Amino acid sequence: MKQLVVIGNGMAGVACVEQILKFTHDFQITIFGDETHVNYNRIMLSSVLAGEKSADDIVINDIDWYQSNGITPRLGVRVTAIDSEARTVTGADGSVTRFDKLIIATGSSAFVPPMDGVDKKNVHVFRTLDDTRDLLEKSRPGCKAVVIGGGLLGLEAARGLQVQGCAVTVVHLGDRLMDRQLDPTGGMFLNRKMKNLGVDVLLQKSARALTGNGKVEGLRFADGEEIDAELVVIAAGIRPNSALGKLAGVEVNRGIVVNEFMETSHPDIYAVGECTEFRGELFGLVAPLYEQGKVLAATITGNKGPAFESKAQAAKLKIMGVDVFSAGVIDDSDPDVEVVAYEDRSLGIYKKLFVKDNRLVGVILVGDASDDHKYKSWLNSGEDLSKQRKHLLFPPPSADGGLDVAQMPDSETVCGCNGVSKGTIVDAIHTHGVETLAQLKDRTRAATGCGSCSSVCTQLLKAVAPGFVEDKQKVLCACVPFPQEKLKDIIRSQKLKTAQDVLDIYGNGKGCAVCKPALSYLLDVIHCGEHEEDRSARFINDRVHANIQNDGTFSVVPRMRGGITSPAELRKIADVAEKYNVPLVKVTGSQRLDLLGVKKEDLPKMWADLGMPSGQAYAKGVRMVKTCVGEQFCRFGTQDSISAGVELERRYENLFTPHKYKMAVVGCPRNCAEATVKDLGLIGQEGSWQVVVGGAAGKGVRKADLLVTVETTEQAFEASDLFFQYYRENANYLERTYDFVERLGIEKVRKDTVYAAPEAKKGLIERLRKSKDKSYDAWMEREAPRPFQFVQIEPVKEAVFA
Amino acid sequence: MSWIQITETENIPPREGRTVKIGELSIALFNTGEKFLAVENRCPHKGGPLADGIVGGTTVTCPLHNWRICLETGEVSKGCDAQLPPVTQFPVRVEEGLIYLQTA
Ligand code: SRM
Ligand SMILES: Cc1cc2nc3c(=O)[nH]c(=O)nc-3n(C[C@H](O)[C@H](O)[C@H](O)COP(=O)(O)OP(=O)(O)OC[C@H]3O[C@@H](n4cnc5c(N)ncnc54)[C@H](O)[C@@H]3O)c2cc1C
Ligand code: SF4
Ligand code: FES
Repeated sequence: MKQLVVIGNGMAGVACVEQILKFTHDFQITIFGDETHVNYNRIMLSSVLAGEKSADDIVINDIDWYQSNGITPRLGVRVTAIDSEARTVTGADGSVTRFDKLIIATGSSAFVPPMDGVDKKNVHVFRTLDDTRDLLEKSRPGCKAVVIGGGLLGLEAARGLQVQGCAVTVVHLGDRLMDRQLDPTGGMFLNRKMKNLGVDVLLQKSARALTGNGKVEGLRFADGEEIDAELVVIAAGIRPNSALGKLAGVEVNRGIVVNEFMETSHPDIYAVGECTEFRGELFGLVAPLYEQGKVLAATITGNKGPAFESKAQAAKLKIMGVDVFSAGVIDDSDPDVEVVAYEDRSLGIYKKLFVKDNRLVGVILVGDASDDHKYKSWLNSGEDLSKQRKHLLFPPPSADGGLDVAQMPDSETVCGCNGVSKGTIVDAIHTHGVETLAQLKDRTRAATGCGSCSSVCTQLLKAVAPGFVEDKQKVLCACVPFPQEKLKDIIRSQKLKTAQDVLDIYGNGKGCAVCKPALSYLLDVIHCGEHEEDRSARFINDRVHANIQNDGTFSVVPRMRGGITSPAELRKIADVAEKYNVPLVKVTGSQRLDLLGVKKEDLPKMWADLGMPSGQAYAKGVRMVKTCVGEQFCRFGTQDSISAGVELERRYENLFTPHKYKMAVVGCPRNCAEATVKDLGLIGQEGSWQVVVGGAAGKGVRKADLLVTVETTEQAFEASDLFFQYYRENANYLERTYDFVERLGIEKVRKDTVYAAPEAKKGLIERLRKSKDKSYDAWMEREAPRPFQFVQIEPVKEAVFA
Repeated sequence: MSWIQITETENIPPREGRTVKIGELSIALFNTGEKFLAVENRCPHKGGPLADGIVGGTTVTCPLHNWRICLETGEVSKGCDAQLPPVTQFPVRVEEGLIYLQTA
C-alpha cells in the first residue's frame, strides 16, 4: 500500500482526507497534528469562548473515525523536518516516517506584531482549542481584557470574553473595525453595535508595548498613552505556516505555492489550506479550502481534472445580534463601479452593493445579513442584474417568507462552509425523508460549519419537508384553531380580557381542558395580571390552590423560601398536621414540606393556622428556589447562596409561567443544590455568579446553558429577571425552559435578554414589575372564598311541584 | 316525585361545578352558562371528582386523567375503551332563582 502522510490535523487537511476516502481506500494514511486534539471545528472556537458550545460539541471527526478508516493519528507530534529526497518526515519525537505522497496542511499561526512585552503572563493569541481553554480559565468578571486587532477574529474574541464577564476594550490600528471588509460607513455602524454590546473600541491606536512585572498590567500606545490590561489577546492577523515547505525545498513565497491542482513544485508533495498561496493569494476562511481539498483529492488519487479557482471570499461575523457580512471587492474608487446603498441609523442597518457592468462585484451588509446567500450567489454566478435593478436591495413586494427560498436556483450554495447547494438539501429531504435540522446536518453537513445558514436551512425544511412543523405554528387546540403566537396577537390587539371572550369571538364558544388553562395563562401574561380572572378556565389546582390527589383530597405545600425554615414554623406545621389528621407529612424533592391527603374543606382553615404563604406546588408557575448552605456555613462557599436564593424566590413568587419554573442557587461549582439542572440556576464563584438557564432533571436530563457571567448579585438578579420575563412572554404554554432554550438556541436567548438593547431590557423589567405588583398570595383567598369554593353544598329542604 | 331544593343559582358560577352531598350520594352540579346539569360525582375511570373538572360547553373533563363526560347524556367520550356504562344523571329544575334536584 502507498503511504500517504498528512502534516496538519486541522480543518483543510482532514477535510481533504475525507474526500480522498470517497475515491479510494488504497492509501495507508498517517496524519500528524501538533495539537493533541482530534480534528475539530476551529471556526467554532468563538462559540466555545462565548460559552455557547463545549469542546465536545465542536469535534468533527472523533477517534473512531480515524480507527474505522485505518488512519494512524499522530496527535501531539510536531513535524520538524521533511527530506524530499529520502521521502521521509521527521517528528519532534524523533520518529521518521516514510511517505509516497505528502500533503502539507499546516494552516497558519497568529501574527504577533513587533512590540515589547508579548512574553508576559496573560498575553494570548486565539487560534487553537488550547488557547481558548486558557482564555476561558483566565477570564473573570470585571477582569480588564484588551483585544489587539479589530478584525473578525478580534471582535469574536472580544465578544466571547465579554460574555465571560470581562470588561473588554478592542484596540485597532485602522480607522474602522474590520477595515478589510467594510467601508467607513459600515465600520461606523459596526462600531456603534459593539459599543451597544458594551465592548469599548479604540481606533487608530498602535500598541507599542505591554507593560507589567511578569504579568501583563497595561498597554502602551505609540502616542504614549496607556491603558490597564489584565488579559491581552492578540488577534492582529495570521501568517501561513510555510516553513516546512522551505525545508522540503518546494517553492515558497508568502505561502507554499500551489497550482490549480494543488501541486507544489515537487511531484509528490502537495499542499492544502491556509498554508498555501495560489496565484499570489492567501486564504483565511474555510470555504475555498474545502474546495482545495476536493481538488487535491482528485489530483492525488489519479483523477486529476478538477481545477481550483479562487472565488470572491465572503466573511460573516459570528456575534449574535451583530450581523455583518462582506464579500467580493468593496472598492468604490473604481470609476466603473456603481454603488447601490441603503442606511437606517436608528435601526442600525446598512447595505451597500458594488455593481460593475450590471454585475455584482461586492457587498457589505451590517445590521441585517439575512439576504447574504442571495448576494453570494449573484457574486459567484456573475449574472446580469439589469432586469432586477429595482429590487437589488429589497425583494419585490408581496413576497411572503417562503417565496425567497422557492426562488433560489437549485445550484445556489446554501452552506458556504461545506459547499452544500439548495439542490442537495432538497434532495436529502425528498429521498431520505429528512425532516429536522439535526437530520439535515447529519446527512448533508449543511449548517455544521459556522452555522450561519441554519435559518435558510430551516426555511427550506419548512417549505419542502412535509413533516416539518415549527412548534409555534401548531394550533393550540381545535376549540380556538390558532397558533399560540397568533392568539397572543389577538388577545393583545383586541384587548380581550377573559378566556371566555377569546372562545366566544375566535373559537367555538365552549373550550376544553386543553385550551382554557392555556388561554388563562396568555391573558395573564399579556395584560401583566390586569386580565379578568375566570376561574372556570383554570384547572382545579388553581381554583383551590392545592394539588389534587388520586382520591380527590389535596396536598398543602407552604412556601419555605430557599428551603429555609425555623423551629417556630416547624412547630406550626406539626400542630396543623395533628389538628387536621394529615395522613402524611413528607419532605419533597424541592426542599420543603408537603402535607398530603387534606380534605378540600380543611384547606382554608389550615392556611389560616399555618400563616405561611402558598408554595404554589400545584401551579404552572414559580415553584421554589433550592439553595445550598453556601458562604454562611460551608468551608467552600464563595457566595451567599442562601440570601440570594431567598431573595430570588421573593422576586418571582406568586407569578404564573408557561410551565412550572424551578430555580436553585449554589455557593460554588460543587453545585450541591443542583443549579445546573434547573430552569434557572445561579452558580457562585469567587467574585462572580454564573447565570444558567434551561436545565432539566425530570423526564429528561439537560445541562443548563450559560446565559451570562456577572460580578454582583444584583447583576445576577437582573439577568434572572430578564430571562424569567422573556420566557413568560415567548414560550408556548406548557413549554418548559429546557425545550424553550433548546428551540431558540442560547445565542438568541442571550441576544434578546442580557444583550438586548437597553429599551428592550427596560420593557421586560417593567412588565415583570407590573405583573409582580398585581400578583398576590393565593392562600389569602381563605378570607373571602367564592361561593362553595371549598365546601360542598348541603341541600336545604324537600319541595313538591305540581 | 319530590325535588330537593339545593341553593341559589348565583352560588354556582358559570362554567363551574359544585359538589352536593345528599345522604351518602355525592352529586356534581354544573352551571354550563346556559343551563344547570347534574351527574354522579364519580368518574367511571378511577372515581375522580367530576365536580372539580373543567367545563367546556356541556362536557366536563375529569381532573385526574382527562376523561371527558357529556353532561347531557352521561356518555364517556374519551379514553372510553372499556365500553363503560354512562354516568348516572339527575334531573335539575330551576324555579325563581333556586336550583332543585331529583335523586330517585
Ligand atoms: C411532591 C413532589 C414529590 C415529592 O414528594 O418530593 C412532586 C409531585 C408531583 N410531581 Fe414532581 N414532585 C416533586 C418534585 C419534582 C422534582 C424535583 C425538584 O423539584 O427538584 C422534579 C424534577 C425537576 C423538574 O421539575 O423537572 C419533578 C418532576 C416532575 C415532572 C416532570 C417534569 C418534566 O418536564 O420533566 C412532572 C410531570 C409534569 O410536570 O408534566 C411532575 C409532576 C408531579 C405531580 C404534580 C403529578 C401530578 O400531576 O399530580 C405530582 C403531584 C403529587 C401531589 O399530588 O402532590 N413532577 N417533580 C415534589 C414536590 C416539589 C415541591 O415541593 O414543589
Ligand atoms: C477563532 C476562529 C474563528 C474563525 N472563524 C471563521 C469563520 O467564521 N469562517 C471561516 O471561514 N473561517 C474561520 N476561521 C478560519 C478557519 O478556522 C481556518 O480558515 C481553517 O481552520 C484553516 O484550515 P487549515 O487546515 O488550513 O488550518 P488549521 O485548521 O489551523 O489546521 C492546521 C493544523 O496543523 C497543525 N500544524 C501546523 N504545523 C504543524 C507541524 N509542523 N506539525 C504538525 N502539525 C502542524 C496546526 O497546529 C493545526 O492543528 C476562524 C479561525 C479562528 C481561529
Ligand atoms: S415521581 Fe412524581 S409524579 Fe411520579 S409518582 Fe412520584 S411524585 Fe408522582
Ligand atoms: S378518574 Fe377520571 S379520568 Fe381517571
